[in-house]
Amino acid sequence: MLNSGISVLVEGINLQRLLAGLFVTARIALISIVIGSVLGIMLGLIRTSKSKVVRFICRFYLEVFRIIPILVWMFIVYFGVTNMFNIHLSGELVALIIFSLWGAAEMSDIVRGAIESLPKHQIESGRALGLSFWGLYRYILIPQAIRRLLPGAINLSTRMVKTTSLVVMIGVIDVVKVGQQIIERSILKTPTASFWIYGLIFILYFIVCYPLAKLSKILETKWES
Amino acid sequence: MVMNIKKFLAVILSTLFLIGVLAGCGSSATDSKQVSTNAKSSLEEIKKSGTIKIGVFSDKPPFGYVDANGKNQGFDVYIAKRLAKDLLGDESKVEFVLVEAASRVEFLQANKVDIILANFTVTDERKQKVDFANPYMKVALGVVSPTGEPITSVEQLKGKKLIVNKGTTAETYFTKNYPDIKLLKYDQNTEAFEALKDGRGAALAHDNTLLFAWARENAGFKVGIPTLGSLDTIAPAVKKGDKELLDWINTELENIGKENFIHKAYDATLKPAYGDSINPEDIVIEGGKLK
Repeated sequence: MLNSGISVLVEGINLQRLLAGLFVTARIALISIVIGSVLGIMLGLIRTSKSKVVRFICRFYLEVFRIIPILVWMFIVYFGVTNMFNIHLSGELVALIIFSLWGAAEMSDIVRGAIESLPKHQIESGRALGLSFWGLYRYILIPQAIRRLLPGAINLSTRMVKTTSLVVMIGVIDVVKVGQQIIERSILKTPTASFWIYGLIFILYFIVCYPLAKLSKILETKWES
Repeated sequence: MVMNIKKFLAVILSTLFLIGVLAGCGSSATDSKQVSTNAKSSLEEIKKSGTIKIGVFSDKPPFGYVDANGKNQGFDVYIAKRLAKDLLGDESKVEFVLVEAASRVEFLQANKVDIILANFTVTDERKQKVDFANPYMKVALGVVSPTGEPITSVEQLKGKKLIVNKGTTAETYFTKNYPDIKLLKYDQNTEAFEALKDGRGAALAHDNTLLFAWARENAGFKVGIPTLGSLDTIAPAVKKGDKELLDWINTELENIGKENFIHKAYDATLKPAYGDSINPEDIVIEGGKLK
């Protein structure tokens, strides 16, 4: 019974379709992780600023992305904003924008947390050595903070990879959607198809996420010394 | 404490921001509606661009699905191709936009598609947001049960368990009209049908069209109650206020009705799934008019 279901994977061009879907998923996730990290690190540094106004604006940005679900954001931009300004943005572009902004917001909090967790005497010793503001960050705070923020950043990245399955709501066909198309199409003839399709999707997500985890491990050991 | 006040402020302000954004979208929707009626006609625009964007399902066989070769297929797709052929001269001039059941209305409102042909059931609530053309199909609820212990009337279900899918018309109908029938609810079609096979319920209620197709593939089950509840119709939908396109679709449905095109679509896409035991007159509507 289960054996008959596996044939669904190789029927027609199903396997290519799943891989094409995975490519969409990976492309959206990886590009937004990169943009999100760069923006997020800058924002995180800004958030350690002494100005209350600057801190408040950054905090506001973070909370807006944390409180409003990603799905709602995608709807607002894909259906609302494009309509308001009478422009056309493709679903994938909207997904990239939203995921990058969301990644930046969450990343900024991780960066801020990492910097603020550093013992105060690090800053004081740096100043005592006569380091400038930038020198303090460049040689003392950032190198130490990066090691501390790594686990959180990797966690965020894998979360972003998995959350991309929401993009189907704005018409982007990702790997999960392709899987559902195949399952629903074979529901009458091969009801066990879902087991094999979801099994394969599990492995495909693993292939995307595992290198991220591995990378974090390597970097952590490398920077330990 | 200072932190708490800040957090509180952040929450309040974000909420205000959200309301602002949403209100912005709401008013913009009405603005653009005026724009689209004042601007040049929708039909002209479609002809000028050379393609018509039609929203179809990608995972609801036999109505709209993607086959193993990645091609759009199904009843709705078959009709969509004909619309494109008659409007633009070639059926390849249709651009299929794959939509989700939950965001079909938004795809129309935001001009992402010209027509929705995705098994869109006409309801009063939806009528306020989109304009429906004349129907091309009708659906009702059905109940499928094992051939050995057939359920042929709702009365037989008293005191037994009935399997339904969460969020479907079947669930709403039985909760509202027969609160004393015990419902066994599942999220996925696959789970619900497996439950029926395992005998966890006496019968299963769903859209009758799906049940016909399923009973055909699964020996030992039959649709004991073929129609139940109110008869719903399925129709193409266009953006609210797009009267020109709406009129064109209605005329087109009438014209292709003369050659029994919807029956042809039925024979090509639904008949292989439903078999000969179903009378096509129970499902298709020709010429856009209920008989």
